[in-house]
Amino acid sequence: MASAPSKLYADDVSLVVVLLDTNPFFWSSSSLSFSQFLSHVLAFLNAILTLNQLNQVVVIATGYNSCDYVFDSSSDLNRSFENGRMPVMCSSLLQKLEEFLIKDEQLSKEEPEGKVKSSLFSGSLSMALCYIQRVFRSGALHPHPRILCLQGSPDGPEQYVAIMNAIFSAQRSSVPIDSCYLGSQNSAFLQQASYITGGVHHKPQNLDGLFQYLMTIFATDLHSRSFIHLPKPVGVDFRASCFCHKNTIDMGYICSVCLSIFCKHHKKCSTCGSVFGQAQSEAASASDKKRKTPET
Amino acid sequence: MASTHVTKRAKYKTTIKDPGTPGTLRMTFEKILFVPHNPKSAGKLDVEFRYIKGQKHTKEGSNKPPWLNLTNNQNGSFIFEFENYSDLQECRDFVGKVLAKGGEVSEKPTVAYPDEQLSAAEMELRIKLLQEDSELQKLHKQFVLSGVLTETEFWATRKKLLDREVSKKTKQRLGFKSAMISDIKPSTDGRTNKVTFNLTPEVILQIFAEKPAVHRAFLSYVPNKMSERTFWTKYFRAEYLHSTKNSIAAAAEAAEDEELAVFLKQDDILASEAQKKIRRVDPTLDMEADEGDDYTHLPDHGIFREGNKEMTESQNELYKRSLSQDINRHAAVVLEGRAVDVELEDTKAVAEALAQSKQKSSNKGESDGDISRERLDRLSRMTEIEDLQGPNTLPLAPLCIKDPRDYFDSQQANALRTSGDALGGIEQIKCGLSTQEVYGSLRESISSIKAMGLKEPIVKPEVAHQVFDALTNSISNTKYHIGKNPQESVLDRLPRKTKEELLHHWTSILELLKHFWASYPITTTYLYAKVNRLKDAMSNIYPQLEEIKGSVPSELRHQVSLLVRPMHQALDAAIQHYEASMQKRSAQSGERPNGYV
Repeated sequence: MASAPSKLYADDVSLVVVLLDTNPFFWSSSSLSFSQFLSHVLAFLNAILTLNQLNQVVVIATGYNSCDYVFDSSSDLNRSFENGRMPVMCSSLLQKLEEFLIKDEQLSKEEPEGKVKSSLFSGSLSMALCYIQRVFRSGALHPHPRILCLQGSPDGPEQYVAIMNAIFSAQRSSVPIDSCYLGSQNSAFLQQASYITGGVHHKPQNLDGLFQYLMTIFATDLHSRSFIHLPKPVGVDFRASCFCHKNTIDMGYICSVCLSIFCKHHKKCSTCGSVFGQAQSEAASASDKKRKTPET
Repeated sequence: MASTHVTKRAKYKTTIKDPGTPGTLRMTFEKILFVPHNPKSAGKLDVEFRYIKGQKHTKEGSNKPPWLNLTNNQNGSFIFEFENYSDLQECRDFVGKVLAKGGEVSEKPTVAYPDEQLSAAEMELRIKLLQEDSELQKLHKQFVLSGVLTETEFWATRKKLLDREVSKKTKQRLGFKSAMISDIKPSTDGRTNKVTFNLTPEVILQIFAEKPAVHRAFLSYVPNKMSERTFWTKYFRAEYLHSTKNSIAAAAEAAEDEELAVFLKQDDILASEAQKKIRRVDPTLDMEADEGDDYTHLPDHGIFREGNKEMTESQNELYKRSLSQDINRHAAVVLEGRAVDVELEDTKAVAEALAQSKQKSSNKGESDGDISRERLDRLSRMTEIEDLQGPNTLPLAPLCIKDPRDYFDSQQANALRTSGDALGGIEQIKCGLSTQEVYGSLRESISSIKAMGLKEPIVKPEVAHQVFDALTNSISNTKYHIGKNPQESVLDRLPRKTKEELLHHWTSILELLKHFWASYPITTTYLYAKVNRLKDAMSNIYPQLEEIKGSVPSELRHQVSLLVRPMHQALDAAIQHYEASMQKRSAQSGERPNGYV
């Protein structure tokens, strides 16, 4: 359990770690343009910082090949990016974002055609959790952390294991994961993340009003959530990916030792190495034989 | 049962003073019927036995007329006057029988399925399970007692429960009591000179186990030389003499009576056993043990006092017994546990069984050539001097540390390989542009926003208003439908009675469906009849569900109907299947009239 001490300075001081999706393949085909998206998000971040003097914001960019921190409101390095047209914080963020994109592009390699173009959500989630852990250990006085994911890319089923691990560790340290899905389909990972950790998931209907969505739903701090009603999803998509092929399945085989999920019957579990018994085929034939005898 | 009914002439009186209406009293297991001789009089009585609580009657020897008074639940009474006492007796017995049976009717299954041979233990198990689990009892009452399912069918799916109960009931073997039998003090009668010992079969078994000499004496003397009673009298005489610690008197009596002497002497079997045990002590234990240490049988435990080494009391010494011997022997026997498991009533049987078990254990002891070799092996291992040994290289298992990244990377490779081939169902971003182009466009957006600042206004007021409206609407809707947090269940917000009813309906529907689907395909008339019964029971549930929906306040009605919908669906599917199979069957029976109806 995280070393979260009891009372902080005020109930509504929050640390928001925003995971920004910068998957270029998604943004090139999205109805909302990236610059519009950025204005909504930057205004929102500013608003969070004005809600309470002690609020902190950290932004992590989720790229296609890598992830990186692009903004930290508590650091003092923001001074050098003075720009008359926008607040200092925005310009520093944009600068860092540009540098990140350049690096990310350099890391790209030749991909086979037809691969799902998902961003490295698991990586940025893990980085966020590490940052939050550091904050937990920084002392008795620290803000309530939460994670906000602004994702548009589809789920990459090969990241299922890593994402679930991150979700469970967030649950363990009581860090809610809010998620706002900007894409066209549904994201099972984001729904599960918010459901399991007690955060709020929403898929905005009207992307032009994204700022309004962000302010109404995602700006509430954790203390106020006990009396402010936030939208609840009607159902959660609990489908998992199988561990062998990374296909999304809803019925499969589970190893009784380590709970790994497989879509086909295996002799041996690839995660923990336990050998599966022969019980099921014999039981089926035995019960078949039994069925005819009792009542005649 | 000798008779299932009793018919007698009697007079029915409502009170004691009432002269009584003459008529015929007929009693069956279910009810009492009294019909007056005169059809016009009003004394007809038809009461079920369920309502009868008890009965009173007048005594035969007294001067009162033969009356039988049956009291019912509402504290009313029906008084019947019979012609003579023998009639009264018969009716009384009958009522007594019915009342005794009636007390158990609610628990025992009333229909004993003719093919099934149920043992009494099995019945007890079932009753016990029913008593413990009220849910099960409700289901049982609902289905079995109303005839929808038979006993066998009901319990056929619950074999595991019954098995678990059976394994719980296997009795533990009780050991001996820790209290020493010599502690059992006899009761003395102050007036006469008699001393009474109490002997129970348990004590007998313990005596045999603790004192093998007595056991041997019993086997040899009884019933040839003396009766059991004489044997025990002598034994207790010996005990009494010991308790007085009068060894001289003991020696004197022993000289007279040789059988008594057996009880008074030291137990030689024990002595020899002790010596054997001492020989078997493992010398690698760091204790010196040899024959000279058999101190339990030496006076004063071998400790010499004041240089007095002579055995002056050698004659009488045999007849002394020390407390520590008794305690040690008793403790040893209790720890060994109970060796025999026979009925304790027959002393002779007990003695023989004990002798047999001793024989078995001594046989086992004799075949210990292997054991002694093993002991020698162990001895040599334990006494070896490590400095003088050669180097001992054990086979080592090589250390194998795997890199967890291999696991994740291989998963990745797997995924890449397969997702490249099978694209169906996975959403893709249609991207005609190359990597460079997309990155370029992204960077362009950033530069544009850097140049122009944030969008002015960030969000248009109409759009914001629209969004806000839609959100508030949806939040207030879902609040009523789902509740404060997603993990809360709708059931908890219903009134408790409704919730219990719904849950009970669920379990009963599941039970019915289980049996229904298990009966398909229908191959015998028995299954056919069963399916019909089940279908009727299922159709009865629909109105009950409607009733529940009606009884709930209106804001929860939608929730309840959502909960009830899957129940409806399951029942509908079953009934549809039933009707389809009925149709097929009637179509087929036109072709093959020799089949089922």
